[in-house]
Amino acid sequence: MVSRFKDALNSGKFVITSEVAPPKGTNLAKMLHHIDLLKDRVDGINITDHQSSVMRFPSIGGCLAVKERGGEPILQMTCRDRNRLALQAELLLAYTRGIQNILCLTGDAVPIGDHKEAKGVFDLDSLQLLKTIRQMASGEDLGGNKLDGAVEFCAGAIVTPEAKPIEPQLIKFEKKVEAGAEFFQTQAIYDLENFSKFMKHARQFPTKILAGIVLLSSARMAKYMTENVPGIFVPEALIDELASVPKEKVLAKGIEIAGRTIAALKKDSVCDGVHIMAIGKEEVVPDILAAAGL
Amino acid sequence: MKSMTSQKAPEEIQQDLKGLDRVFIVGCGTCTTMTRTGGIDEVVEMKERLQGLGKLVTGWTVIPTACDDMTEVAMKENKQAISNAACILSMSCALGIHRMSLYINKPIIPALDTLFIAVEDSPGYFREACVQCGQCLLGETAGICPITACHKGLVNGPCGGTNNGKCEVDKEKDCAWTLIYQRLKEQDRLDLMRKYQPPRNHHVVLKPRAVRIQVRG
Repeated sequence: MVSRFKDALNSGKFVITSEVAPPKGTNLAKMLHHIDLLKDRVDGINITDHQSSVMRFPSIGGCLAVKERGGEPILQMTCRDRNRLALQAELLLAYTRGIQNILCLTGDAVPIGDHKEAKGVFDLDSLQLLKTIRQMASGEDLGGNKLDGAVEFCAGAIVTPEAKPIEPQLIKFEKKVEAGAEFFQTQAIYDLENFSKFMKHARQFPTKILAGIVLLSSARMAKYMTENVPGIFVPEALIDELASVPKEKVLAKGIEIAGRTIAALKKDSVCDGVHIMAIGKEEVVPDILAAAGL
Repeated sequence: MKSMTSQKAPEEIQQDLKGLDRVFIVGCGTCTTMTRTGGIDEVVEMKERLQGLGKLVTGWTVIPTACDDMTEVAMKENKQAISNAACILSMSCALGIHRMSLYINKPIIPALDTLFIAVEDSPGYFREACVQCGQCLLGETAGICPITACHKGLVNGPCGGTNNGKCEVDKEKDCAWTLIYQRLKEQDRLDLMRKYQPPRNHHVVLKPRAVRIQVRG
């Protein structure tokens, strides 16, 4: 059975995905609330995997919750915390529980997170994980042993269109396509001109691109991201725009910016869809969609 | 090639020497001399520090190269002072301690932590160049080792954490894959970067690692 998300990707419609972060602890109320808020509004919900190397409730646990509540989960899997045995085992579990979409990530470095002395595994990288999924789909594990029951996933990866220099990222992007990435969710993009240039290149390849939309919640946050988050560049004009409104209206301004960015991408068919990351403000994702006219 | 070391905190050394009041100190004339962690100057400084703590230093020596067979000679030469000591405080790297322990049946307490095998790129700048993985990739990566120089040891290109040629773990550290890209481009060999590298074999030589070679008679 083909996943609902894959169907959406192949339908030619403008695909919408968003992400939900699991909690640090066993109180799932907020995560479940966010899932309920999004499950009927988007084509897939990513559940993050210890994002920023911060230990949390596992991604697969969040995906099972999405599934139970009738949503379409996209399992984010990083290579930071598990070796090839554990990654494959989790793929087997995911498949048997109806999770059909995987986002393959290398994972942030351990020292940027909250368990700074932990061992980073990186036995595989994102590319090798994509290949692993394809090999397991053929009925064989990474050791070349026969599986009693294969897997079938819609597998994707990420790309950073604003990376400097961009060429090494493009080489890796092409390798990921060759390794079987059916979709890409990009790092946040704000400069549509630059993104269009990236898309011109990406369109040569048989894969779907969902542009990363990260909600800007203040001028300070936008500035911080530009200065500190690899591959994120918020143009000065947007920072000024956020700074120009009173404090109580800045979130509404961020929503407006995200909404009009999405609307512009859709109107000109720049890419195949968007991946909305509200980072702690999942409550407003429906407002972003409304602002985009979706 | 240097074995890079750093001195342990004085409190840790003091804790490790608890109950061991007579100490013989051993330094090394090769790596720890060059890295200024266990040469003559540092050994003498350590002697004075221990004496200040009320320890009796029965003697000290700086072995020319603590990890080779000269260590046996040095141990013999200092037999009396060593036998008067309750322990040896080592200011060589761990390799020297392993060598000493072949000849001495006394506690050997490390005063240094052994960090990595380094090359000295410029005077005083020691950089890890090889993690001795057993599957050398340098021919395909323009002489820059991604296993060593990339924080994550990635073999298929940069991660998304690279920014303006720097690494996400430290803005001072270069992104290995940006360097590899630049050098391969200069050499007109970027096709090598497009090649898929399969998962690594982490057991090229099974741990604990050892190799026996034919010794010429």
